[in-house]
Amino acid sequence: MTNSTVLEVKNLETTFASKAGPVRAVNNVSYNIQKGQTLGVVGESGCGKSVTSYSLMRLIEKPGRISNGQIFLNGRDILKLNEAEMENVRGGEMAMIFQEPMTALNPVLTIGYQMDEQIMKHKKCSPKESRERAIEMLRLVGIPSPTERYESYPHQLSGGMRQRAMIAMALSCDPTFLIADEPTTALDVTIQAQILELIQNLQEKFNMTVQFITHDLGVISEVSDKVLVMYGGQTCEQADTQELFLNPHHPYTAALIASRPKFGERVQRLATIEGSVPAPFELPAGCPFVNRCSRVKSECKGHKPPLVEIKPGHTVACFNPL
Amino acid sequence: MSEIILEAKNIKKHFPIRKGLLLREVGSVKAVDDVSLVVRKGETLGLVGESGCGKSTLGRTLIRLYEPTAGEIDFAGKNFLKLRGEQLRLQRKNIQMIFQDPYASLDPRMTVGQIVRQPMDIHKVGTLKEREQRVIELIELVGLRKGHVNRYPHEFSGGQRQRISIARAIALNPELVICDEPVSALDVSIQAQILNLLKDLQQKLALTYVFISHDLSVIEHVCDRVAVMYLGKIVEVATREELFANPKHPYTQALIAAIPRVGHGKKKIKKSLGGEVPSPINPPSGCAFHPRCPHKMDICASKTPVLEGSGSSHKKACWLTEPATVE
Repeated sequence: MTNSTVLEVKNLETTFASKAGPVRAVNNVSYNIQKGQTLGVVGESGCGKSVTSYSLMRLIEKPGRISNGQIFLNGRDILKLNEAEMENVRGGEMAMIFQEPMTALNPVLTIGYQMDEQIMKHKKCSPKESRERAIEMLRLVGIPSPTERYESYPHQLSGGMRQRAMIAMALSCDPTFLIADEPTTALDVTIQAQILELIQNLQEKFNMTVQFITHDLGVISEVSDKVLVMYGGQTCEQADTQELFLNPHHPYTAALIASRPKFGERVQRLATIEGSVPAPFELPAGCPFVNRCSRVKSECKGHKPPLVEIKPGHTVACFNPL
Repeated sequence: MSEIILEAKNIKKHFPIRKGLLLREVGSVKAVDDVSLVVRKGETLGLVGESGCGKSTLGRTLIRLYEPTAGEIDFAGKNFLKLRGEQLRLQRKNIQMIFQDPYASLDPRMTVGQIVRQPMDIHKVGTLKEREQRVIELIELVGLRKGHVNRYPHEFSGGQRQRISIARAIALNPELVICDEPVSALDVSIQAQILNLLKDLQQKLALTYVFISHDLSVIEHVCDRVAVMYLGKIVEVATREELFANPKHPYTQALIAAIPRVGHGKKKIKKSLGGEVPSPINPPSGCAFHPRCPHKMDICASKTPVLEGSGSSHKKACWLTEPATVE
């Protein structure tokens, strides 16, 4: 299996400098994704899921920096690349779809211009070839009259169409690895289903590897092969999707699943997690979940629980797992 | 069935589009177009639909934050739209609202105590001392602490702010509370806390809710009856059990099919509906849903179906005589 590993992240640590001292937004996170698979990364706001993906793209800006770890993409440590080499990876081998297509696209440039910029850089082709390719990609993602849309500005497209244009752009240079950061959060359910179907179809067609980030347990459960649950910048639990939802072992994962109203399963009261998500600069020492956990033990305060494999392929960071 | 506390008849809310130097009216956005509904005492009525379907506009029109273009609203047996001045002010005590974004709906320069007290100040309820006492009661009722009274909204998390909005909404003992996407801006673990709080308060204070949301899982969890909206109209209304077990309108069926289910493992996702919601400026003729409908017939493009259900509480606005089979 290891020879088909597309992405391997080892001990990734991303730190932001702040007045209160360094804040570790991503703390010692490790995982890998096999070719053609989808890893779902799930967590609430501030858990570090987006910072993780920005770290993979090396898009962390000051005062943040990747302070430790290695990121192997197709066997190459991309943290060792210089900026010019990284530019070839970004948008080429590895591409990203962002949550809000209105802010991710440049409002004063046409869709076509923004696509050409990328295609001409990575494919080193003529403007004419680039235009053809861009229109072909727009057609592939199901945008009606792609030739006209190529000339459109982002504001002339609806939310769903803008997200399709973003996907067309991301896939225009045949990436082997795609990061989808909350790609459907801003969309309505019926449009969300359209976009998820599209991403799945394209993933199959191009045998792409995907890292899918979302806070929506329903979406993650339908699109991922494996799931990584994050809390306070750290990995809580990682397992195959079905296993994770059926047998969650980390108290946070279990509570998160229980707190979501599940369609078709009516309960009188929802299970809750007391308190609120801690800000990254006020994380408790020890397990980040310690102040909200119902199964807390004395060693949870002050000691970080190591990530332990409790079943083959199912790892949990907890001193008192379920 | 319990008594009706609010009845809306043929409500329309059209926003004019003005253009040119003289700002002549060139058209209108038909945000709510001929909607009738009843709200019964003690129930939670859900309004569900995708963005732009008019659910929030309808909610705001029901409490006259927007004046309807046409239609009638009876609240507690009185014609709510005829009320003016003092009478309107008095009646407004009985209808309150909780907004979606707890970062935008609380004045950042007021303390929590002032925010929760303000409705009572406006309506001159009791003495200042009594009001301050009541603020503390309310703050504790929604799960915050007495010590929070002198703090400012920015010191609180999203979930706590939503608790403050709830305390403000119930300060005057309203009969009806319009909850406009009250949990959409919150994290999953916090949503559960707020949904439980709303349920507890409903039981304790005998509140009636109109609950607006785009999230069908949340709607299914909190509502007794549900109205589904599409492009300014109600297309189906039924009790929760009926609507989710036996949806009759093709749009409702598509919405339910599109909900991502938790814990059934990875699957091949199939879109339930193509196309997008058309513009409410120039909605399609006949049934507004017909361009996207999988069961479209000739009549759908020419005549608008009315919301009816032959005497039962399950009503749909659709020309299909046999309920369309799902899948």
